Amino acid sequence: MAFKHEILEKNSILLTLAILVVVSIGGLVEIAPLFYLSSTIEKVDGMRPYTPLELTGRDVYVREGCYLCHSQMIRPLRDEAERYGHYSLAAESMYDHPFQWGSKRTGPDLARVGAKYSDEWHLAHMNRPQSVVPESVMPPYRFLNDNILDGRTIEAQLKTNRIVGVPYTDEQIAAAKADLFTQVDEYADGFDGFMARYPGANVRDFDGDPEHLTEMDALIAYLQMLGTLVDFSTYEANSEDNLR
Amino acid sequence: MTYETVATFAQTWGLVYFALIFALVLVYALWPGNQKQFDEAARIPLEDGPLDDGENKND
Amino acid sequence: MSDSSARKGMGLDVITLGLFLSVMALVSLFLTANTHDPLMKVHAVILLAASVLGIVGLFMRAAGGLNFDQSRYEEGIIKAGVIATTLWGLVGFLVGVIIASQLAFPNLLYFENIGWLNFGRLRPVHTSAVIFAFGGNALMVTSFYVVQRTNHARLAGGVWPWFVFWGYQLFIVLAATGYVSGVTQGKEYAEPEWYIDIWLTIVWVTYLLVFLGTLWKRKIKHIYVANWFYLSFIVTVAMLHIINNISIPIGLTEHKSYSLFAGVQDAMTQWWYGHNAVGFFLTSGFLGIMYYFVPKRAERPVYSYRLSIVHFWSLIFIYIWAGPHHLHYTALPMWAQTLGMTFSIMLWMPSWGGMINGLMTLSGAWDKLRTDPVMRMLVVSVAFYGMSTFEGPVMSIRAVNSLSHYTDWTIGHVHSGALGWVAYVSFGALYCLVPWVWKRARLYSNDLVEWHFWISTIGIVFYITSMWVSGIMQGLMWRAYNSFGFLEYSFVETVEAMHPYYIIRAIGGLLFLIGALIMAYNLWRTARGDVRKGENVPDAAPLSIAIPAVQ
Repeated sequence: MAFKHEILEKNSILLTLAILVVVSIGGLVEIAPLFYLSSTIEKVDGMRPYTPLELTGRDVYVREGCYLCHSQMIRPLRDEAERYGHYSLAAESMYDHPFQWGSKRTGPDLARVGAKYSDEWHLAHMNRPQSVVPESVMPPYRFLNDNILDGRTIEAQLKTNRIVGVPYTDEQIAAAKADLFTQVDEYADGFDGFMARYPGANVRDFDGDPEHLTEMDALIAYLQMLGTLVDFSTYEANSEDNLR
Repeated sequence: MTYETVATFAQTWGLVYFALIFALVLVYALWPGNQKQFDEAARIPLEDGPLDDGENKND
Repeated sequence: MSDSSARKGMGLDVITLGLFLSVMALVSLFLTANTHDPLMKVHAVILLAASVLGIVGLFMRAAGGLNFDQSRYEEGIIKAGVIATTLWGLVGFLVGVIIASQLAFPNLLYFENIGWLNFGRLRPVHTSAVIFAFGGNALMVTSFYVVQRTNHARLAGGVWPWFVFWGYQLFIVLAATGYVSGVTQGKEYAEPEWYIDIWLTIVWVTYLLVFLGTLWKRKIKHIYVANWFYLSFIVTVAMLHIINNISIPIGLTEHKSYSLFAGVQDAMTQWWYGHNAVGFFLTSGFLGIMYYFVPKRAERPVYSYRLSIVHFWSLIFIYIWAGPHHLHYTALPMWAQTLGMTFSIMLWMPSWGGMINGLMTLSGAWDKLRTDPVMRMLVVSVAFYGMSTFEGPVMSIRAVNSLSHYTDWTIGHVHSGALGWVAYVSFGALYCLVPWVWKRARLYSNDLVEWHFWISTIGIVFYITSMWVSGIMQGLMWRAYNSFGFLEYSFVETVEAMHPYYIIRAIGGLLFLIGALIMAYNLWRTARGDVRKGENVPDAAPLSIAIPAVQ
């Protein structure tokens, strides 16, 4: 009796193990090579980690669930290239933890929205989208103006990003909190150091309120850099390295 | 590890492996000796009486 | 049999659970005292309250004499699960109607300074409420019922199944309060942050152990196929959940974390998870419901047990590969996209094998479709399963996907599966379970089941047809060129064009919610033991389940 019972027990464990083996294969074959095949991510010039302010803006973007209505992935289709710009490269999201490619375009793709609109337009749009796009179904984000940033966790945010693979330097981490404030003030002492750490970053007051550093500053700073980093003048889509 | 080596492996041994697994499942399911066991198993939901007589009865 | 005697008082299960809850109380107390993160603090207080309530509840029940009579099935937890499933269903459908209305009437339903009411925060509340709260509770309650009944064994683990039940409800509360206040990982259907993920992992592994423990106690030699589907659902969801949610918190007392993977690898992992949440949460688990409740209700064995075995292994093997079809034409390497498309098309076969197996179980008893509205609900759910598992492979073809992706067509497809298949098969199971566990001869009202069925079916038709039209229309408008070779429409013109369909969709969702309210009322009256006066009672299944099946 006891022996028989033991065999039955083993059968349900065997069943569990068999299920585990069967369902593991697909994931292993599809996911694991992406970490090892060198052709997965293109070789490009210009990609840099997010500035502390852009990273904070990106966190706001994630928190508000923007990805549920906006994609950040332009497909290599003629109409998308004309509407949004060059198709998205894997390299452009290689520092994105998590990725924000999205799955639905209730609103337009944002992969290259950077530098397409003025800061004032973004501010008005965030405060009340229908004020600039009357037919829009987007919710308002006026409350971001009231959320003042103090940089309490910014150093930890950069450090954690380094742990998961973003190449932040010790210097960038040490200056994280100062850089957060420097990016909205081009007359700040740390300006030159900031520009050396994050070449090409936009430095200005983004939300029309120079008195305060707010989540609105951060979000607009993030949107204004989206898709602007890669230097497409040096990108060779058909080179051996970039054919995938 | 290049794309070509992975692809070649998948397109040969991967295919053999899939076919083998599927054949095994078919053999198990269609093996004549298993028929009786499966017929009994199919009736299990219809026979889920009470655990012990008199208790917990509803169906 | 020594294990059939009743046991009272403090068993090993009570002591271990008490210890666990004490540790949990200490951890949450530590978090409450040390965190500088206001959002984390709220959740730490909720955790602390939950663990204290758990300890108090455990002591009260232990003092009152816990009765885990091994000669009886555990049915209290089935009742609790039925109530939870029904209530969460109503919440999920209601939030769905709200966010659908927000897209139809943005000027009425958004408030400039109330961020938590925005679409982006409520949408995960809707998806999590329907998938994890409603669907998850439906799966948990039916699996606990089926695993006992098909193995002739009481649920294993003493008080631990109750930990699974309440722990899961706590997970839902933490997740939903997190979304509205801004605690999210930003990965679709995997939004809960790291500490909520850890909590779910603990609950889920306990669920697996309870399920396996019950299988180990079984008195029937063969493990019935419904249990295979449930087991694959539990095991695979554990694997998907753990791997997709690997992330590093920015501090142990901070809610925010960054996912371990980035960009293309993160996308692949996420949609491997996301599509198999469909495959193993919303399909495999619910097929477990089908393989028990359809034969049971039809009072005849499943059409082909052999087919069910082939169905099982081919379904779980193929499903796991289908994820990359969510990433067609993206920066994911082409070979992965092609693999995903190929397996998605192959998936059509096992899916329809299962559908045929479910439908043909009724052969010789088709009249039940006319006489028993609950049977009809179950059968229509299987038919919807067939429809959406045909539509899915079509949409996974790269050329079709270039049109359908990013549009409402996908939303419509998901809802034909979610409303037509998942919700209907759950409703059918609820209509079966309430009379069974509350020991009633019949439902309060079959007429109300008819009303529920027809109102919600019309709702589904409104929903999916409006989404087909708006999705295909928007996809075509995006790629339309005028005679000068320029893009014909600006983006916002395509948004404007969808307005009427968004209204129709919201009405469809409202009808579905009304149907579910009718069901809740009917189930409540049934549980009370009422029978609606003047109702024409045919000799349908509800009465005949009282007759034991004879071989």
